[in-house]
Amino acid sequence: MTAAEKKQLAITACKVRMGIVTATHGAKAGHPGGSLSAADLFTYLYFKELHVDPSNPKMDERDRFVLSKGHTAPGLYSALALRGFFPVEDLPTLRHIDSYLQGHPNMNTVPGVDMSTGSLGQGISVAAGMAKGAKLQGKDYRVYTLLGDGEIQEGQVWEALMFGAHYHLDNLCVIIDNNGLQIDGKVSDVMSPYPIPEKLRAFGYAVAEIDGHDFDQIEAAMTLARATKGKPFAIVMKTTKGKGVSYMEDKAGWHGKAPNDEEYKIAMDELNAQLAELEAN
Amino acid sequence: MADVKKIATRESYGNALKELGAQHPDLVVLDADLAGATKTGTFQKAFPDRHIDCGIAESNMICVAAGLATTGLVPFASSFAMFAAGRAFEQVRNSIGYPHLNVKIGATHGGISVGEDGASHQCCEDFALMRTIPGMVVMSPSDDVEARACVKAAYEHVGPVYMRFGRAACPVFHSEDYQFEIGKGEVVCDGSDVAIIATGIMVAEAIEAAKALAADGISARVINICTIKPLDEALVLQAARECGKVITAEEHSVIGGLGEAVCSLLAEKLPTPVRRIGVNDEFGHSGPAAALLKQFGLSAEHIVEVAKSF
Repeated sequence: MTAAEKKQLAITACKVRMGIVTATHGAKAGHPGGSLSAADLFTYLYFKELHVDPSNPKMDERDRFVLSKGHTAPGLYSALALRGFFPVEDLPTLRHIDSYLQGHPNMNTVPGVDMSTGSLGQGISVAAGMAKGAKLQGKDYRVYTLLGDGEIQEGQVWEALMFGAHYHLDNLCVIIDNNGLQIDGKVSDVMSPYPIPEKLRAFGYAVAEIDGHDFDQIEAAMTLARATKGKPFAIVMKTTKGKGVSYMEDKAGWHGKAPNDEEYKIAMDELNAQLAELEAN
Repeated sequence: MADVKKIATRESYGNALKELGAQHPDLVVLDADLAGATKTGTFQKAFPDRHIDCGIAESNMICVAAGLATTGLVPFASSFAMFAAGRAFEQVRNSIGYPHLNVKIGATHGGISVGEDGASHQCCEDFALMRTIPGMVVMSPSDDVEARACVKAAYEHVGPVYMRFGRAACPVFHSEDYQFEIGKGEVVCDGSDVAIIATGIMVAEAIEAAKALAADGISARVINICTIKPLDEALVLQAARECGKVITAEEHSVIGGLGEAVCSLLAEKLPTPVRRIGVNDEFGHSGPAAALLKQFGLSAEHIVEVAKSF
């Protein structure tokens, strides 16, 4: 990736974060913390990795993305809107009555959403089904799914991981957002899923461990994922919950709480400052 | 009915899948380590590449089926009713029902006629669970002919379908030219004193009961309801209007199944006295299927008793 490309991704990621803050503020609810931790990944997927077409969201040969941690819909919606799937101006209608931007992703109302999710542990199974479907039909699209590190406490996740390895789904890329926090506190205190990479390797996955806020590392992992044959690929990315908004960073309390008017202004001022700095360099 | 041909509807399921699989390359079958029992093994032998064993992981299987459906394939996900509808209820609700995906659930071993395995495997709650999911078609065929027709209709229907099949062999009373349609009930024999509205293996019992009642001068109308949802409301209302008394019969809890569907309809549109025959609010237990059905009142004899005291 060139320096110019990387700079553009960073600028876009900052705008994705503004969309997250704007959407959750507009909703007076929602999940900013885990949306912000995955904002760089959403940006990389929709602006670099995925073969998708905003003018033809259901394109047969498109790559698929399943947001298994469906509560971070604000992050997905913000990236989709900026990519051109629907107007950015609609983001503040998140969770409003009669808005198409449902609290959790709805594949039948939101252009670009490949699966309705929200109940944790199910999206990865659906993604595995999509990957198996591609294999059965001889199609070469890829399937990506993003899970939370708290989400992998769900037993179904490990059923799905077994399935992916058993059927050699090398078109499946499982990404785990290891921001370390869940609703009740640190994942290590609530119900430790650690060590995550070792467990994934034991389940038959090729694994990359990266910094989820470093585009070079994300790119290297995605490149390796595409080159890996015969087994599925997993990316465990260390992230900071609430990344980009100072008062939300590494705070479990910002898992499922929206910024009020004052907090919204502080967050947007911070992000605008980051954007100005990125654009100046 | 000793001279009548008997076939378990799970056998019909396996045979229908194999026949449909030959015609439709987009049909795929999933199972959870029960291919021998659910009879999807019949399909597996013919089309091994399109049979996906998911191991003992029904929750994952249901969601894998959802993923396959999004790619344009038509998955039939199979397990025992207890696990397909029970264990994986929330997966069916959220990953198939809510997005309205084109997944067919073939659930075998419904009801207490599972027999010796006992209460843990005797699912008498599946109609209730599946009926609550918006857009879900719920079917319970009564014999081999109807079961095969039901599988074919499920393939052709676009949207989620739940089908319940039985473990035990049951009499075949439909002829091969039977015309089946989702949402349409069938008047198996006409009558005017009482309507017996039955589903699954209870239809054959209702036919026997009607014969016995006729000998005692009671004219019973037997209605076969394969599609529990959407219910053939017109046929049920007509029967209630013309017979004045209704008995429902199902191998399912009296809570939440066909009986309650009929009662809800009649309460709102045509209040009519009803007696529900089913498994009362209790669990089953081990025993031979035939003995259990008799013990739990799921028999022609019990239908006759209820009709006479009604």
